[in-house]
Amino acid sequence: MKPQRRALAFAGALLALGVAMQAAAAPSGKPIRIGSTLALTGPLSGTAIIHKITGEIYVELLNKKNGLLGRPVEWVLKDDQSKPDLARTLYEQLITVDKVDLIIGPYATPNIISAMGVAQRYGKVLVHHTMGIPSLAKYDMQFPAWSVGPNPETTVPNTVFDALAATPKAPKTIAIVTSKFPSVYLMSKGAQEVARKRGLKELLFLEWEFGNRDYGPIANRVKDAKPDFVWVGAIGLEGNELLDAMKKIDYKPPLHFYMYPAPGPLAKLPEANGALAASIFEQHPPYTNNPVAAEFVKIYNERAAKAGLADNSVETQAAASFSTWQVLETAINATKGLNDKAIAQWLKKNQVDTIQGRLRFDKTNNYGDDLMRVKQVQNGRWVTVWPKEWAAPGAKLITP
Amino acid sequence: MPSLTLLGQSLLSGIFIGALYGLLGLGLSLSWGMLRQINLAHFALAFLGAYLTYQLSSVAGWDPLATLVLILPCFFAFGALMHWLFARFSITPFNSLLVTFGLTVMIESLIQSIWTADPRRLDSAYGALRFKIGALYVPFPELMTLVLAATLSIFAWAGLRYTDLGKAMRAAAEDAPIAAAFGVNERMLSLVLSGLAAAFAGVAGLCLALSFTLAPSQIYSWVGVVFAAVMIGGLGNPLGPIVAGIVIGVSESITMAVTAPTWAPLVSFSLLIVVLLVRAEKI
Repeated sequence: MKPQRRALAFAGALLALGVAMQAAAAPSGKPIRIGSTLALTGPLSGTAIIHKITGEIYVELLNKKNGLLGRPVEWVLKDDQSKPDLARTLYEQLITVDKVDLIIGPYATPNIISAMGVAQRYGKVLVHHTMGIPSLAKYDMQFPAWSVGPNPETTVPNTVFDALAATPKAPKTIAIVTSKFPSVYLMSKGAQEVARKRGLKELLFLEWEFGNRDYGPIANRVKDAKPDFVWVGAIGLEGNELLDAMKKIDYKPPLHFYMYPAPGPLAKLPEANGALAASIFEQHPPYTNNPVAAEFVKIYNERAAKAGLADNSVETQAAASFSTWQVLETAINATKGLNDKAIAQWLKKNQVDTIQGRLRFDKTNNYGDDLMRVKQVQNGRWVTVWPKEWAAPGAKLITP
Repeated sequence: MPSLTLLGQSLLSGIFIGALYGLLGLGLSLSWGMLRQINLAHFALAFLGAYLTYQLSSVAGWDPLATLVLILPCFFAFGALMHWLFARFSITPFNSLLVTFGLTVMIESLIQSIWTADPRRLDSAYGALRFKIGALYVPFPELMTLVLAATLSIFAWAGLRYTDLGKAMRAAAEDAPIAAAFGVNERMLSLVLSGLAAAFAGVAGLCLALSFTLAPSQIYSWVGVVFAAVMIGGLGNPLGPIVAGIVIGVSESITMAVTAPTWAPLVSFSLLIVVLLVRAEKI
């Protein structure tokens, strides 16, 4: 064989080997169908879009590798229009008509509870993203990927008060103002109890109905009470509205914490500088030292920008969503099958590494540790400030 | 015991939010009382106006007030077109409720597809402006809402009461065939009135954009209380919504200042029930 022909044959062989290797890595066969709903329209759609983008990225990455069990993965996604009753119907449909292999949770708490009822009826394992009231998660084959522990109403306020107590100007008085949205209200009532036990003097406790339009009088009352620290139980935009109302009367709380705010819009509000919130993930080290997290953050930032989201960063919602898929993938690979009972049994006995940390499901209602940390708006972006081992490099809780 | 500053500031907050109820209710009251259209889409139009203000100001760099130059004629035309279609298909008052609800959903979807469901906030120089009177603060956007609401309400009231055009509109609303017999072009006047009502929604949109964070789903959060203001104020009465709106707004604000804020929504509907019991025949 002439040297030129030998080289050609060698190149051909290499090419064939490459193609063969790629073929081995690419998933094949009947797709594994995973069904879920999300609030693609309606009042929860602003947050649900985060879960949609995250899920699409995860499935794409999964299929670029070897899929699940060597098979491609197809995500069957339906729009529950932010309605729990519709979520219930659609999960029925996913299981009985679409005949999906597995299901994952919708967004948010009321819809997850609806899906849980259907999962229980059909004996399906349900890993879900952001369930805010752990005590309502009674189904033994449901697994929360948002690791807030079984009693977040106690553990989260304690984490927040620990962070504040470690500052040079620890607050002595508190005002608690809260929406009556169930998951937020639970946390605010918990904060009231924890604050009492820790000896903080409660100057004000106010509640408002979810959907309140006028925050002016609430801002007036907080200003009038002159607390050292304001706990704001505000879901979504409520925190922004309250801060707007406070700005109009030239008031800024010395220290202020927001439960479940719309993170992007709040960080961008100049008056929110110094605001605190809880989080399981922020896109800075040490979280992004995990290469999986770093890769996800990079792709998510691009996709979110393309989708026109006001905030492109990965935080609690996207991280919990990504973790949901990680939990499911790990359990399927470990059990080497799609058997719901086997997956559930495995999850109860094992821990799963996710981008928010290691998750376990062996406490009450399959909850594990409370991985919520404290973050603060500093110069228009959220940075983790507590506990110290999770703080962004050089960041610490700033007090006035 | 609430301080005087707290009560004073709450009173001001109530007047300002009440003025917005009145401004949102003005067009609704006119179309309901004089055209027999229960126009739920009025709220969606106001939000569309708010988003257009946001877009023109934030992206194109217009002064928020200058956006009215574009928004008002467009909304006027839309209102007139909507009424023409209602007349063309003989939509009854009850059916107008259903049709305009459908229109609301369509406008909400349109807003969501263009601006997404993410909250939007208009940052303008007006937003940071405020005046201090003693210990009380008066924010400029809210003050502007009050001035606009009062001006438009008085303008509409005076126009209907003292101009020939207004008198013809009232006559057509009272008895269209008789008015037509006297040479009143009822169809044309209805188109004008419907156009004006939609244009008022555009003005309310400007005020919403200046004072509130916008999200498509918030369209519905104004419906109940503004309907209450319109009904308490009397259908077709241009001064009714602003007066009733301020009464409701102040009642809500004072309630929030002295008791729990959760009691506030009860105020507007309790007032509505009282008015329905006492002077139902005037509505």
